[in-house]
Amino acid sequence: MSLGKSLPHDAAPLHVTGQARYVDDIPLPATALHLAFGLSTIAHGEVTALDLSAVRAAPGVVAVYGPEDFDPVPDCSPSAHDEPMISTGEVLYLGMPLFLVAADSHLAARKAARLAKVSYTEKPALLTVDDALAANSRFEDGPVIWAKGDAARAIATAPHVVEGQFELGGQEHFYLEGQVAACLPLEGGDLLVHASTQHPTEIQHKVAHALHLPMSAVRVEVRRMGGGFGGKESQGNALAIACAVVAARTGRPAKMRYDRDDDMMITGKRHDLRLLYRAGFDDRGQLTGVAFTHLFRCGWAQDLSLPVADRAMLHADNCYHLPHIRIESHRLKTHTQSATAFRGFGGPQGMVGIERVMDHVAHALGRDPLEVRRANFYAPAEPVASAGGASPPGPPEDISEQAIGAGPVPPSPDETVDLTSRGAVEGQPERGVAPASPGAQTTPFFMPVEDFIGHELVARLVETSDYAARRAAIADWNAASPILKRGIALTPVKFGISFTLTHLNQAGALVHVYQDGSIHLNHGGTEMGQGLFQKVAQVAAGVFGVDPYAIKITATDTAKVPNTSATAASSGSDLNGMAARAACLTLRDRMAAFIAGKHQVKADAVRFEGGRVRVAGESYGFDQVAAWAYLARVSLSSTGFYATPKLQWDRKAGKGRPFLYFAYGAAVTEVVIDTLTGENRILRADLLHDTGNSLNPALDIGQIEGAYVQGAGWLTTEELVWDGKGRLTTHAPSTYKLPACSDRPDVFNVALWGRPNREDSVGRSKAVGEPPFMLGISAFYALSDAVAACGPGYPALDAPATPERVLAAVQRVQAHV
Amino acid sequence: MQISLDINGSLRDVYLDPRTTLLDALRSHLGLTGTKKGCDHGQCGACTVLLDGRRVNACLTLACMAQGAKVTTIEGLGSSDALSPLQAQFLNHDGFQCGFCTPGQICSATAMLEELAAGWPSHASTDLEGPFPLSHAEIAERMSGNLCRCAAYSNIVDAIQNAAKDGDAK
Ligand code: FES
Ligand code: FES
Repeated sequence: MSLGKSLPHDAAPLHVTGQARYVDDIPLPATALHLAFGLSTIAHGEVTALDLSAVRAAPGVVAVYGPEDFDPVPDCSPSAHDEPMISTGEVLYLGMPLFLVAADSHLAARKAARLAKVSYTEKPALLTVDDALAANSRFEDGPVIWAKGDAARAIATAPHVVEGQFELGGQEHFYLEGQVAACLPLEGGDLLVHASTQHPTEIQHKVAHALHLPMSAVRVEVRRMGGGFGGKESQGNALAIACAVVAARTGRPAKMRYDRDDDMMITGKRHDLRLLYRAGFDDRGQLTGVAFTHLFRCGWAQDLSLPVADRAMLHADNCYHLPHIRIESHRLKTHTQSATAFRGFGGPQGMVGIERVMDHVAHALGRDPLEVRRANFYAPAEPVASAGGASPPGPPEDISEQAIGAGPVPPSPDETVDLTSRGAVEGQPERGVAPASPGAQTTPFFMPVEDFIGHELVARLVETSDYAARRAAIADWNAASPILKRGIALTPVKFGISFTLTHLNQAGALVHVYQDGSIHLNHGGTEMGQGLFQKVAQVAAGVFGVDPYAIKITATDTAKVPNTSATAASSGSDLNGMAARAACLTLRDRMAAFIAGKHQVKADAVRFEGGRVRVAGESYGFDQVAAWAYLARVSLSSTGFYATPKLQWDRKAGKGRPFLYFAYGAAVTEVVIDTLTGENRILRADLLHDTGNSLNPALDIGQIEGAYVQGAGWLTTEELVWDGKGRLTTHAPSTYKLPACSDRPDVFNVALWGRPNREDSVGRSKAVGEPPFMLGISAFYALSDAVAACGPGYPALDAPATPERVLAAVQRVQAHV
Repeated sequence: MQISLDINGSLRDVYLDPRTTLLDALRSHLGLTGTKKGCDHGQCGACTVLLDGRRVNACLTLACMAQGAKVTTIEGLGSSDALSPLQAQFLNHDGFQCGFCTPGQICSATAMLEELAAGWPSHASTDLEGPFPLSHAEIAERMSGNLCRCAAYSNIVDAIQNAAKDGDAK
């Protein structure tokens, strides 16, 4: 059995020898053109004159395209058709592409792009939350409000109340491989696109739409990305479209790669927001009512902001049962980069909010925040029979039949809408029946929480991290240390798994067995370092009883598996693993039926293991059976399909079951701060994370560690700064502080919880891409704890808690009377 | 201009604009795409190569400056069937996720172990005279010029420590 083994990444030998190929490494014909955008230098206004003559005359330039060269300018938006590839005259953020240059080298294109003479009439730019609120500049007509119970009354009648507000910064993806795409013109006007994208189908759709081609004329291939983190869900559209347009017009291959500074100036980042809260609670710290207001700065275009902000609301409860809650979410439109998907997709922002409430309540009561957190936990899961570790999942039912006609009437097809984008369509209220467990506590969106393991998981972590003794020791240490102060915090995570746009929860796979017994695997998921390909190969190898390295993993290709969802929402192995499994089972069943027939036994008596096929006391090589099956004219190719069951969700009403299950985790972080400078560092982190039955523990631990460091980076050092004109001043790693090797905690203990998923997921595993990102929240509240040791006031830290902010907070709590 | 570079043991002649960086020469003119471009500004370490065994950022080095030196890139450190000790340990310890920083990390670590052996102290060293035990802090400090956005740092450090042990055992 290959499931659950810590096998190295499938491409490991290629990575360590430099042979692993990324888009920019693909050899292109010498005739290839290299593209660059010319960018706006103001945040808001009109272009009154665009003189491109010097650009055209620059050495190496082959073509230059301004808005008048298109009718209409191609749209790059994954949602509201509000992202022209280049400005049509209106400038909506500083860094907006104004024109496109094609030259015979990358450098020539970039140099030429600087030569344009642009005149503008500048208009006042809305840059901040306050600017946008004052101008009522927003997406959607007004705020989205979800409510459960009567929060206002519960707060008004509570024995104690805390309230506050804080700023929560955004985050640059800084995928180490920047955005890049290349397009090769094929015969008959068809196009082949290589893109560094998490969403090949969307690239296919947008390119086809830009060139008025059917999707079948465009093939998109993605072997791997050098990191994605959500930044390659929609932000690569413009590059792929630009390449396709130029390739189609010139008949030459075209490649576009953003230089790092351009990448940071042009593309969207994690959404920043201001978060307001008000909570009522009793003497134990149990919340009676809580109200949140999220003020998201979404930037100039809608992109994926609506589902991102929704997911923040969906995680406003984290691990806590909140019977009376109101969440108001504003999606503000500003003249800045269009904020986009980033690992956690809004979930982390929502979660930091409720953890702030816990921290603040504990401070008000003078209690250990962990006690307050535990007092508010959801009730423990009822043990269920199906969660027994011994029961392997049954074969997936063929749901393709059921799926047809079972759902709501689909929206009328509009060829401009990308149905596979998270942002494109309003969620159709799904009216299937959500099996509610009677008595289970429900989330603020009325989903029963049936699998809550926070109590046991936190208890284990408290023990393994020695939390109580360390907390006491820190208090003593702080009492004797006037300048340096330490802090510790334990924060839990409960993260919902599934796309909230229900129909995206589907996946396909294509598997071939060749006559020599070699196996070709393809599915709709993309590889960006998370080890998806390796995990799915392990699933396939398990079905065929062969070595995982016998499975040929191939690049994601829209010509092999169509209509794929983005590899996002942590869903990659859940969805694609199940689809691949279904395809492999179909093939195995055919081979079993064939070989059983020859031996006149039942097909279920055939065993596939150790690269052999055992039947009626005989043992044959898998390759032998494949060859015989071919000669007997048995089809050795199959697709597989999976659609996540049990989901139903009405986003307008904020009601239903958007998630199949929750993934859990908890982290303890200890920090030290210098109260004279605000400098700080993480001394130790202990993580315990729930991956169900891990498909590959080594890969999962890698994901968890990396996610923690990235999450802690978001809340501590990674600060984005815009100047008063809307110019992003932190547009390179020299000014934007990414976690380096030395920022990894000195003591870093990571463990897997290791109990099976109670839902019938692939191998009873759980998704792991995003949930551990939020373990990094513990670093932020450990800093809050350290600052709180400096005086009587509440630290009220803003994020990221840079040294400047920590210092300001120290001075605040010291000045508090 | 015409220049001649000694790359991974073979002499390569190439005609370049004198302002071409070593990184662009390798990637765009010599077909050696193992060396990656992360930032092009000397800030991420993805482009690290060895010049006479010393690590440099190829994006900050002009190709013509590398004439007369021995240039070693990731392709020259080993091959799939003859991995260098560091390559083997990065593989064993999953010293990467997306792999984009990996060639730079391995080149950088190769030279770093040499620096250590040659007795160069670092900011993290407690005794400037050495010896320098290969602690996490020492490695983290010496490798801080190589960013890994996937934050595979734990495994990178493990891989380096084990490669160093392999080296000592020999
Ligand atoms: S590419 Fe040279 S240091 Fe980043
Ligand atoms: S492995 Fe992705 S940047 Fe290091």
